[in-house]
Amino acid sequence: MIHRECGVLKTSYEADMALYPLPIARWAVGAIAAVMFAVLPLALGEYYLSLINLVSIAVVGALGLNLLVGYTGQISVGHGAFMSVGAYTAANLAVRLHAPFWIALPLGGLMAAVIGALVGIPSLRIKGLYLAIATLAGQFIIEWLINHVTWISGGVQASIEVPRPRLFGFEIASQRAMYFFLLVCVVLAIVAALNLLRSRIGRAFVAIRDHDIAAEIIGIDIFRYKLIAFAISSFYAGVTGVLYTYYLGVANYEQFQITVSIDYLAMIIIGGLGSVLGSIFGAIFVTLLPILIRYAMEAFGGLLFSPAALLNIIPNLRLIAFGVLIMVFLVVEPEGLNRLWRNIRNYFRVWPFAY
Amino acid sequence: MNGRFVIVLGLVVAAAVLAFPPAAAASHEIVIGLQCDRTGATQVVGVNLCPGYHDYVGLVNSKGGLNGHKIRVIEIDHEYKVPQGVEAYERHKKEGAVLISLYGTPHTYALTQKLTEDRIPGTSPGFGRADAADGTRYPYIFPIAATYWSQATAAVKFAGDQLKSLRGKKIAYLFYDNPAGREPIPVLEELAKREEFQLRLFAVPPPGVEMGAQILDIAQRYHADFVIAHLFGRSPSVSIKELRRIGYPLRKVVSFVWGAAEADIEAAGGYGVAEGYNCLEFAGVGENYPVLNEIREMYKKEGKEPPKEMASTVYYNRGVLIAAIHVEAIRNALKAKPDGRITGEDVKNGFERIKGFTLGGLVPPLEITPTDHEGGGWVQVWQVRGGKLVRETDWFKAYPEVIQAELKQAAMKKS
Repeated sequence: MIHRECGVLKTSYEADMALYPLPIARWAVGAIAAVMFAVLPLALGEYYLSLINLVSIAVVGALGLNLLVGYTGQISVGHGAFMSVGAYTAANLAVRLHAPFWIALPLGGLMAAVIGALVGIPSLRIKGLYLAIATLAGQFIIEWLINHVTWISGGVQASIEVPRPRLFGFEIASQRAMYFFLLVCVVLAIVAALNLLRSRIGRAFVAIRDHDIAAEIIGIDIFRYKLIAFAISSFYAGVTGVLYTYYLGVANYEQFQITVSIDYLAMIIIGGLGSVLGSIFGAIFVTLLPILIRYAMEAFGGLLFSPAALLNIIPNLRLIAFGVLIMVFLVVEPEGLNRLWRNIRNYFRVWPFAY
Repeated sequence: MNGRFVIVLGLVVAAAVLAFPPAAAASHEIVIGLQCDRTGATQVVGVNLCPGYHDYVGLVNSKGGLNGHKIRVIEIDHEYKVPQGVEAYERHKKEGAVLISLYGTPHTYALTQKLTEDRIPGTSPGFGRADAADGTRYPYIFPIAATYWSQATAAVKFAGDQLKSLRGKKIAYLFYDNPAGREPIPVLEELAKREEFQLRLFAVPPPGVEMGAQILDIAQRYHADFVIAHLFGRSPSVSIKELRRIGYPLRKVVSFVWGAAEADIEAAGGYGVAEGYNCLEFAGVGENYPVLNEIREMYKKEGKEPPKEMASTVYYNRGVLIAAIHVEAIRNALKAKPDGRITGEDVKNGFERIKGFTLGGLVPPLEITPTDHEGGGWVQVWQVRGGKLVRETDWFKAYPEVIQAELKQAAMKKS
């Protein structure tokens, strides 16, 4: 290929710890950033930007969940509820105290972090499936509370309308404005995650995942780091909830039910556990695949079925195709899309030579 | 390799599909966005309601459309998931839809702000937010059929008529424990105060297929004189079965509109089991309406059998009703702009001029105005009797002043 990895000599710890040690990686990241910030918003219509916006929101949530499940090895089936905590905190702040989004957004995340750490307490004693059930309980308790405590939910309809976010007197309402707003949040989320993972905390997470007893023996405070993992992961979930609330203009608890938690777990499993890039791939895959399948069926389904039957067949076939494709991808590469991407990259790294 | 290939292929297909519509737009096609749920939590509704919608629009088009303009319905199934619903809306907007037929309470909440900003009217018949009946607060949301508040007042009125007097009577409210299920509670409490009856709430937690304890409570401890049920999905059939098993007379039960279809009765064990069960309906039930005969004629002319969905008359007729009101709104909009280049705003104004349009009894005598987007909140009660649904009352509405007070209060809270 066009770049060579030999001759990259690291002479300092900083160089060794750099996020992108190779020049080509830095160029690639720069190019992607340029495309995302300049080319796409100019080239694409509102509809396509709205798709990217949905993906962006999912990326933040998937990243957060991957920090917990993929990096720390703790499972959570309660992330949908943590999102609702963030959403309702921000909505209440925005409506009652007229807080601007740059206050409501982090506070929503922080509230979710606190609740997430609380729900994570059982993780100190139980693991795996048992922890999954404990967090599931957390999901239901939070759902129930939001549904029934009108002080939180703002009435029996359990939905609070929030005003559009404003920045420097400019209202972020159109899909294009929302695109930049969400993109900045996604960039912050990714950079924060990447940096977290090469810090002391990130290494502790990985040590706990790989062998918690060994981690404890070498001096990692498991109690602390497990709760930190839950808190950080829930912070991301809370921020996802806030972003979603601002995106739609309403906090509604039915948007954060158990199926949402499952969807996000699906994203990180398909994308690749323990990988930042995998979270992004997973979020893109799970969000866009159903839409792409529908387009494909609308284009080709007419060849096989009558229009009236087609209307009934498309949604059902789409569900089946979605399930089958997930299975195919997982059978082809059990470690997810991220591994698939790395295999492709490694193949081309030495191309055209076999070794 | 696979992943990228699929995505690239998908994008190519998407681009190919999206390249076509501009050619068609030249003939002033009027586009309606139809959100549907044929696969999600409430698929029993979608599979029968959406064909009804398409058939009515097909009927209008087969007669040459509206002033020569054809109507194109773009249906998107959102599996009752909000992100898919948002995507569906954005796609409908991109295709130039002047009207969105929403489906699902959470979707209505999620899209209210967008619809208002984009000036595209959306309808939420029989679900969604009850306070959207106030057209001054939600100019682009149209319930067009009885909201949960109106259904609550109608159910209480019906109970009162059956019991002769409500004073001192015990009414049980059996509801699905989600925001939609809880929405009528303030109205019911207000009515309990006003009519001096006793009201007790019995919540059924999701997924709503387990309610033995609540039913036992209603029948044997509370000794309810009347039961008002507000359940969704599978749970109405469970409630019928459980009430029947315990020997509670089903003629003292009235269900809200989403627990009132043939499918619920069949799932409960058939018409024999459900004998006496009362159903609130916002569209006429049964096969004897001129418009349904016209649809059958249309199929016959094409040499086809009428679709089997027509047998499920409750949901099918609701689909016809929704489509018919939409078409009326567009017809009104076209009066102002006969060239067919109507916008969402025109359709909104078209909705607000709908009056005296009954479609041979299938549609209530609604009157939608700029302030009342519900059109009155009319319902009929149909009773399971002798193996079929029989009309028990004509179109009626009740306690409009209670709903007005509730709307006023909602508006106050907002500001």
